[in-house]
Amino acid sequence: MDETLAEFFRRTILKIPMTEMMTVLKTWNFLSENQLQTVNFRQRKESIVQDLVLLCEENRASLNDAAHLDIIYTQFHRHQKIWDVFQMSKGPGDDIDLFDMEQFKSSFKKILQRALKNVTVSFKDAEENSVWIRIAWGTQYKKPNQYKPAYVVYYSQTPYAFTSSSQLKSNLPLLGQALTVASKHHHIVKMDLRSRYLDSLKAIVFKQYNQSFETHNSTTSLQERSLGLDINMNSRIIHENKVEKERVQRVTQEIFGDYPQPRLEFAQYKLETKFKSDLNGGILAEREEPLRCLVKFSSPHLLEALKSLAPAGIADVPLSPLLTCIPNKGKNYFKIRDK
Amino acid sequence: MSALRPLDKLPGLNAATILLVGTEDALLQQLADSMLKEDCTSELNVHLARALPLPCSVNRPRIDLIVFVVNLHSKHSLQNVEESLCHLDAAFFLGKVTFLATGAGRDSHCSVHRNTVVKLAHTYRSPLLFCDLEVEDFRASMAQRLVRLLQICAGHVPGVSALNLLSLLRGSENPSLEDL
Repeated sequence: MDETLAEFFRRTILKIPMTEMMTVLKTWNFLSENQLQTVNFRQRKESIVQDLVLLCEENRASLNDAAHLDIIYTQFHRHQKIWDVFQMSKGPGDDIDLFDMEQFKSSFKKILQRALKNVTVSFKDAEENSVWIRIAWGTQYKKPNQYKPAYVVYYSQTPYAFTSSSQLKSNLPLLGQALTVASKHHHIVKMDLRSRYLDSLKAIVFKQYNQSFETHNSTTSLQERSLGLDINMNSRIIHENKVEKERVQRVTQEIFGDYPQPRLEFAQYKLETKFKSDLNGGILAEREEPLRCLVKFSSPHLLEALKSLAPAGIADVPLSPLLTCIPNKGKNYFKIRDK
Repeated sequence: MSALRPLDKLPGLNAATILLVGTEDALLQQLADSMLKEDCTSELNVHLARALPLPCSVNRPRIDLIVFVVNLHSKHSLQNVEESLCHLDAAFFLGKVTFLATGAGRDSHCSVHRNTVVKLAHTYRSPLLFCDLEVEDFRASMAQRLVRLLQICAGHVPGVSALNLLSLLRGSENPSLEDL
């Protein structure tokens, strides 16, 4: 095994936290049970990694195997990357072709390799007919940089693909083109949706977030549920605005539903508008350039925070539709312009 | 819904009722719990309201002390208090109203200036207390203080009345505020 490959193995395995090491290695399934048993997992981490790299050399591991391991690591740590969402569409007169995964993979790889001589493309099939694609970018003259790969998760029965924001933005058009052509679509567009939480993005885009399962608890009325909380409260505390509180709870529930919200970290609103004034003249009225303003909401869990604003008394219901439409419209980047 | 009047009901035997008015329910709830934990010879009742006027209720006992809670982090809570003040009978302002400002500890989060609340309290000639209700120890000591104020306002402390409270508490204010 050449040195650069061995180093890549070493660094990839070193990234894996010790608590997950066995799980990841077992999922990778490249080293056998017997081989894993020969490693002493009580040593210092560097020594364990050293032993594992030697085992990989014994098994004549290739770059492809290393790429697989990298994909598995990323699958376990998908929150470390920020994911964009792309939506593809077919042309108006297209027939619906049967999707062939192998054909997609070979077509995708060919397109990238034709454009850039040096590129490493690896695939891993995942649940729900999806495929994880890892791409290490190179150029005509430089070998691919294995340490800054881009990841694409494509759900084959849908027109949606999720990509990790790669630092090498110049390759994005090529990636889009390869995805579109290989999956037999005509057009690709980037959605205004971005988050670290791939599963939440999936839930929003596939509209899976609003499934609340009928359980015994959900059949009790709102009245009973809120009174259930009161049992713990002191009976000497009296809420004067009970009716109002219940109304707020009801409206919040109507807007946000009973189910856990998908997880987003921010919402960004860009406003561009020309200054409008009732007074004739004035300095700003003659300004041709529109005024620009950016408002960004951040939170560890934005939608849950928005949901709790009204019950906490920090905002009035109903909340602005610009805030509540985020999962419905599948957007967390908004551009507001003059009509 | 008429304005709240201080003396339109008969007092209950050994009962003292406080009304906490503020937008942030969680804070009011915690303060109420802290107050009820205090040892007190009077029977305490705590009413929580988001704003005035209160919904009509025949069963409500006489309210002895009203505390308006303003969160310095939120202009909305200040606005809410200002609007509620209009629905209060003037007689309440003879010692039965107190303002409580919370959130002064986290200066970077404050969107309401300290002086705004000071002026508000001065306009209504009522005492202003500062307390970070989110900190448990501060909340506990404020709860203690409020219980004592409540007992005085309910007339359970011989020799001191609500009106006395006004002059007693004013002494600790900065004399230059009279110029505002």
